[in-house]
Amino acid sequence: MLEVENLTHAYGDAPPVVSGIDLEVKPGELVSIVGPSGCGKSTLLRCIAGLQAPTGGRVRLDGKPVDRVPGNLAVVFQDYSRSLFPWMSVRDNVALPLRRRGMNRAQRQENALKALESVGLPGAAAKYPWQLSGGMQQRVAIARALAYGPKFLIMDEPFGSVDAQTREDLEDLVLRVRGNSGMTILLVTHDIDESVYVGDRVVVLSKGPARVRADLSVELPTARDQITTRELPEFVHLRAEVGRLVRGREAADEPKS
Amino acid sequence: MTVITGDHPAERPTGVPGLRILTGGVTRLWLVALLVGCWEIIARIKQDAYFPPPSTIVRVFHELWFSGPATHLFLTDKALDDFQPSFVNLSCGWALAAVVGLALGVLLGRSGVAREILDPVLQFGRAIPPPTLIPFFIVVFDFGAQMQISTIAFGVIWPVLLNTADGVRTVEKLQLETAEVFGITGATQLLRITLPAAAPKIFAGLRVSLGFALVLMVISELIGSTTGIGAHLISSQQGMELPEMWAGIVLLGILGCLFNAVFALVERRFLSWHSNARGLDS
Repeated sequence: MLEVENLTHAYGDAPPVVSGIDLEVKPGELVSIVGPSGCGKSTLLRCIAGLQAPTGGRVRLDGKPVDRVPGNLAVVFQDYSRSLFPWMSVRDNVALPLRRRGMNRAQRQENALKALESVGLPGAAAKYPWQLSGGMQQRVAIARALAYGPKFLIMDEPFGSVDAQTREDLEDLVLRVRGNSGMTILLVTHDIDESVYVGDRVVVLSKGPARVRADLSVELPTARDQITTRELPEFVHLRAEVGRLVRGREAADEPKS
Repeated sequence: MTVITGDHPAERPTGVPGLRILTGGVTRLWLVALLVGCWEIIARIKQDAYFPPPSTIVRVFHELWFSGPATHLFLTDKALDDFQPSFVNLSCGWALAAVVGLALGVLLGRSGVAREILDPVLQFGRAIPPPTLIPFFIVVFDFGAQMQISTIAFGVIWPVLLNTADGVRTVEKLQLETAEVFGITGATQLLRITLPAAAPKIFAGLRVSLGFALVLMVISELIGSTTGIGAHLISSQQGMELPEMWAGIVLLGILGCLFNAVFALVERRFLSWHSNARGLDS
């Protein structure tokens, strides 16, 4: 589905922020990318999404090189308040991208309502984004991506700006959406627990420049639950491993008993 | 570039609505009433021909323009003669400036190259006081509506143009990237994303230029016209009809307020999302 080969990006003459990244995502997979803050995760995502041309390496989606944003890809950004358009109702926000799918107005509206229902916001259609809470706004952004019907969904720290309870709800929403739609998802986060909880695989990046430090398979049952999954020994073990990789070897070796 | 921002703090009135309007009206208008009252008394005592009492001005105002038949909405023939050319020139000049300013502003806001090439020209054009171009427009168009419309359009295009350019240039990057991700490009992007995002600044520019337009309308009529409210001012001044002249001044003040009020209504209709979203943020 997605093949990233030796991806490198530098801004101007500065040292590269992303260096030699190889990554493959198979159809239907949900891959978490986790790394310390400011490690170049966003740059990596922007290059994969076609929002930015990398200075080196190749990105292919469905076998085709990505040189601009492909039609079968959608992005959910962290900053929902800017990514949703405040001058449009929630329904119009979700419906607008469907123009590209060649639907007429009635079809667009109908699909938008369906998508809003599927994220648990059937009553918010006529409201404006700024009338909703942060978690609800991010649900709208997810509904917009769902209605658009991409094969590949990129989520850039989607739950970085919401409270813990909302975050858990949204994580479960993503898992449910994935189960229903079979979409391939690449989710970037700096939250170690989250990367393990939602992922089939966790790719750990190192800091400055971003490199792939480890690619771990998550051996947890597909049906996940915020309480029981998180107390499984595999979960606890994996999150510790990811934590050590993210924090760096120095930090991990430090605690002496 | 000077930019007039369209920032209004959200007003959140409290209390009983009827009472609020009443007390609001009293607190806002008592000084005006006091001043008019003083003027009336002093003018009656002094009997100065240059300063007729407000009651006289109001009477003349009514006689000149609003004593017509009910079928004409009480407008007199003179009212139609005076208002119509003024209103037509003002509307045409302002609309022309708005359309051209918007189009050029979008171009300038989108293209860094266009901005670099045109900026010196624009800065110079903006620096020219618009009335100084009246002699030129008189040469080109002779006296008449064309000259007046050109004067107004040229004079008021700058706030629209510069504010549109700034608004378009400073649309949130993430909003444009979101549009790009979802394939909202070209004309759809311009109409549904860029212009609405820039609308608060565009409206601020339009509001300023509407005020300028009224000024230039009067100036162009004072200089080169036999019709319109400005021409009425000049002819009553030349005939030493001071109450008539004062009535014209009052009329222009009322027109200014009226345009502002109508514009504010339209703006509120289109930008309610903006003031509401800001109101919730703070």
